[in-house]
Amino acid sequence: MSTTTFSKVRIQLEDFSVTDEIEAMKKVSRNIGGITTFLGTGRELSKGENISKLNFEHYPKMAEKKLEEIREKAIQDFGVIDMSIIHRIGPIEIGENIVLIVAVGEHRGETFKACEWAIAELKRTTPIWKRETTTKGEVWVQDTP
Amino acid sequence: MITLKYFASLRSIAGKEEESLDITNPITIDQLSDIIAQNSPKMAEMVREKKVLISVNQEMTADDTLIRDGDEVAFLPPFSGGAI
Repeated sequence: MSTTTFSKVRIQLEDFSVTDEIEAMKKVSRNIGGITTFLGTGRELSKGENISKLNFEHYPKMAEKKLEEIREKAIQDFGVIDMSIIHRIGPIEIGENIVLIVAVGEHRGETFKACEWAIAELKRTTPIWKRETTTKGEVWVQDTP
Repeated sequence: MITLKYFASLRSIAGKEEESLDITNPITIDQLSDIIAQNSPKMAEMVREKKVLISVNQEMTADDTLIRDGDEVAFLPPFSGGAI
């Protein structure tokens, strides 16, 4: 991966490499002593239904803006050195990567806290919707009012 | 002219992905729901009952938000969330 094109907040169709993303974040500072990642993947079983396919849709511009706000707040409130957030959209097969958060800090404590907060905040505030295809048809998932 | 965008499950309820409306003066969300009701009563009802989130120019609205000429209004169903 070229560091010149590395963006810390991305919404993209294509898959990402967890290793590449972590390595890119390690280059942010020589003071990094702890890295916490959250990786969300496509699950086969949801609420008792077998899922054959997932599809993610987002509101362009607003979703990216929300992810950037989450990144900035994580740095400010939890004292992590930096954070990257990558979310895929479009069709996603079972077992494939969906979302990755990488929190880097001087110590592990702040990175654990920042990472957990960031994924919860992403799901609460970011306009991204999931459509599951099951044997009963397609359904939009709306867990959080 | 304002642009209205419908996302995810709301597309089938509104029967469209996007539409444009001409407004002469700034309008409230309630006034907008009255206009929407003419073509999509169910969508308007969901707006009134706050079953959808609404953003104006990519910022979430408050009760007193005014919609002005040129604005982009988006109707957003609850986000997908997920169990912890």
